[in-house]
Amino acid sequence: MKKQQPINRRKAIVAGLTSLGGLMLSGCFKKNLPPTYGNILRMGDAFTYFAQRKLLPGQSLVKEYQPSDISSFPATGTTNPADPKSPYYSKAYGPLQSNNFADWCLSIEGSVARPGSYSLADLKKLPSRTQITRHTCEEGWSAIGEWTGVPLSVILNNAGVLPNARFVNFYGYDAYFDSIDMIDALHPQTILAYGMNGSDLSVPHGAPLRLRVETQIGYKSVKYLQRITVTDKFVDPGDTGWSWYTGI
Amino acid sequence: METIRHKRWVKAAHLIITLSFFALFFTGVEILMVHPRLYWGDAGNDLTPALFELPISRNYHHGGWEKSTPFFHTVSSPVSASRTYDIFNENGWGRSTHFLAAWFLVITGVLYLIMGVFTGHFRTNILPRVKDFRLRLLWRDFIGHFHKLVAPASPGKYGLLQKSTYLIVIFFLLPLIALTGMTMSPAITAAHPILLTVFFGAQSARTIHFFASVALLIFFIVHVVMVVRTGFKQNIIGITIGKQHEKTTAN
Repeated sequence: MKKQQPINRRKAIVAGLTSLGGLMLSGCFKKNLPPTYGNILRMGDAFTYFAQRKLLPGQSLVKEYQPSDISSFPATGTTNPADPKSPYYSKAYGPLQSNNFADWCLSIEGSVARPGSYSLADLKKLPSRTQITRHTCEEGWSAIGEWTGVPLSVILNNAGVLPNARFVNFYGYDAYFDSIDMIDALHPQTILAYGMNGSDLSVPHGAPLRLRVETQIGYKSVKYLQRITVTDKFVDPGDTGWSWYTGI
Repeated sequence: METIRHKRWVKAAHLIITLSFFALFFTGVEILMVHPRLYWGDAGNDLTPALFELPISRNYHHGGWEKSTPFFHTVSSPVSASRTYDIFNENGWGRSTHFLAAWFLVITGVLYLIMGVFTGHFRTNILPRVKDFRLRLLWRDFIGHFHKLVAPASPGKYGLLQKSTYLIVIFFLLPLIALTGMTMSPAITAAHPILLTVFFGAQSARTIHFFASVALLIFFIVHVVMVVRTGFKQNIIGITIGKQHEKTTAN
């Protein structure tokens, strides 16, 4: 019988490469990278994030389309948080919806000088941006829609983001959570959308307000927004099994 | 027959690219299974017509949609519909593995291209000489592959058809599949919108990406068949652990 070795060659090579990768990433990228949980796939994701941030100009605009390009648009993920049968049922959402979201408000807190909250009417009074963009789903499909909303940068500037802030976190009524870095948060096409294709945002698409991150895959565009926080550190949801950064 | 003695960097690149290809193909099939519909243009989804669909997962032709509602008050208005069907989706690890393997392929591929140019590898081994390149000779070489064991044009050298095939794979199919892959990335196309123009849109790029992968699979199968027919053992040794300066001879 073969003697069991405490560490075999394969393990040694994997460990060596892993730590080398970790060193390279932390060495070249002084700012916080999302945690990799010791998972080779998350290390690959972190490398893609690092490479895209280094190689691509962060604020170039995605292609905008003509009204005639607007396509049919599937609603996936949570499509109705007021549905008690949904695993993402929210008790609070139904009453807000039945009152046409008049009582709804979005709070912004964390590393900001002036935390506050906005009603839907407040948001509609702010400078708005309308853009016809392509939504790219991780599943492989895409759809073109027109979105109207407040640039996230307007909200962030109103709140006065503190110099150490690095991430913006989004909490949806359907218990969905996600975050983006400041480069995407301040991107001119990153908006908080209350309108879609010329109408108020419908419930299946995230009423009353959803995030649009046009430089990333669709699942970053959190629907049914409830709360935004700005943080200096990465808010770790644990390894969800999905890449945090999805610019690819 | 004398086997080709490959340079060490060629062998290393061949190994890494082959392993990347396996990982990319496997996860590519998984990703396609999640949405086995292909389109032309920029947009395409379950609510728009497909170019064609592949029956490769339970997501094929699934009817799990609520009644659709039009966006506008026109007859041909685009619609919205909510999905009610729990689709097959393993893209969490599928996509991350695909992109990790893609990094290995792209970085190794770029280094290989640089080395190939500067060491003269492409000039001496891959590019057919202009005077050799005749369609008639290519055709004769092609027919020859079905008849007999293929002898190289000269000992230790690639044949004309072989060179032409490698040229297409190295300088056309692999760059094409990498670029069409990047055309599906929102961040990359924001920086380089020309990709969307060149490949006729993000969904067209996805469809071209699919056909390029089919072409690479066909190449892979034929390549393995030829490797087996011309002496599997010494070919495999030659491209992996074979010594660079030792003559390997076999019948």
